[in-house]
Amino acid sequence: MKAPFALFRPAGGVGPVIIASVVVISVFGTRLAMAQKEDAAARRNRKSTYAALAEAPERASEKKNPFEGDTQAVAAGGKLFEQHCADCHGSKAGGTRQGPSLLREEVQQATPGTMFWILSNGVVRRGMPVWSKLPEQERWQIVTFLQSLKIQSVTHNQ
Amino acid sequence: MVARIIPEPIRRNFPGLIALIFSLLFCRPSLVLAQESPYIVTYDHYLEEPGSLEVEYFSTFGTQRGGNDFDAFWTEFEYGATAWWTTELYVDGQTTFNDSTIFTGFRVENRFRLLQREHLVNPVLYIEYEQTSGADKILKEVEGHDVESDYADSNAVLRKEHDHELEMKLLLSSTFKGWNVAVNPIVTKNLLPSEPWEFAYAVGASRPLALKASPTRCNFCLENFIAGMEMYGGLGDTQSAGLHDTSHYLAPVVAWNLPSDWTFRLSSGFGLNDNSHRLLLRWGISREFSGFGEVVGRLFGGRP
Repeated sequence: MKAPFALFRPAGGVGPVIIASVVVISVFGTRLAMAQKEDAAARRNRKSTYAALAEAPERASEKKNPFEGDTQAVAAGGKLFEQHCADCHGSKAGGTRQGPSLLREEVQQATPGTMFWILSNGVVRRGMPVWSKLPEQERWQIVTFLQSLKIQSVTHNQ
Repeated sequence: MVARIIPEPIRRNFPGLIALIFSLLFCRPSLVLAQESPYIVTYDHYLEEPGSLEVEYFSTFGTQRGGNDFDAFWTEFEYGATAWWTTELYVDGQTTFNDSTIFTGFRVENRFRLLQREHLVNPVLYIEYEQTSGADKILKEVEGHDVESDYADSNAVLRKEHDHELEMKLLLSSTFKGWNVAVNPIVTKNLLPSEPWEFAYAVGASRPLALKASPTRCNFCLENFIAGMEMYGGLGDTQSAGLHDTSHYLAPVVAWNLPSDWTFRLSSGFGLNDNSHRLLLRWGISREFSGFGEVVGRLFGGRP
């Protein structure tokens, strides 16, 4: 009968291969499990991050953007976004550690009225301040800019 | 010796702290535009953005009958802890002409947003502790029976008086069609048991000069200017409430928010009765450092 430590003999055999395999599988398995766990957490986090969009009252979400399709408003909104929003949401609205991406479909499929409502009311519990200190027209200009990002991405894909 | 006095975590991060101070002083202005209200005494319901630090310097020139005119000044460090909580430190001083320049005390203030969403009227709770001398003349609020003659004595006499006060305000503010209207009822208690509760008020209204942004970055666009008016004064105390022996001011105000993060404010307050200083000319300059909280967090081992 072989001694229990016979597997560790450097002379060769299947022992080192089995040990190495177990270590590799354990490490990769753990990392995979962690990644899945992180993914699930990120999904949950994303879901709750964007959940605020669903909280907009129907009347608010049905509001029409008075600057829809206005290129001047897109430019002005882009300037306002850069000045007030880019620090948290990123200069290209792709998100940072402070604020979520505004390019995701959850945001891009939201109505202009919903975006306006979120801007006006903030998501205070999640760290987004209220922006009603910006005049209503400036908030609509920002919404127009955000809507233009969707158009740009569609054009880019074509 | 000095090294022993400085706590270990600060000593370890000393190069980082130096870098932080340099970055505060000399860093390239970011693209964040401060959108500050023009009020100097009145508060609206907008708090500092989370993680942002605003450093402000204000000066008040006041005329003084029966004494020397003065220039009182204070520095504010305002930090957005969360979207519903802003915390602030004030350091006060003053120069009385033909007299002296002295440090007059400090104040610690916290503001808490009470409702998550915007409503017709938005309440914010303001709580301040102040430790000042009787020579404090910043007149950030005019309380109880504060009158002009209280400030007529020399600094040597005034600074002998020490005030430990707790001040509470309910900041009620509403924004509609570009107009902001803010009303602040104020209650103050000197922490000496014998002292009465004092009452005061501050109200303000303001509006940006343009409600629509221009497409290009500009310094002198009308959208960068907010103008308004504020009025403030005392309402007596629990022993003698009312308007007798109180002072009141009316002050046109204007703020200029520059795209480079700087804000300038100007206010000329006119005394409305004989108990008031004839003129309180105030100006202020402030700069916002967005992402300050994150920078500090990284210095002390936070996640990159």
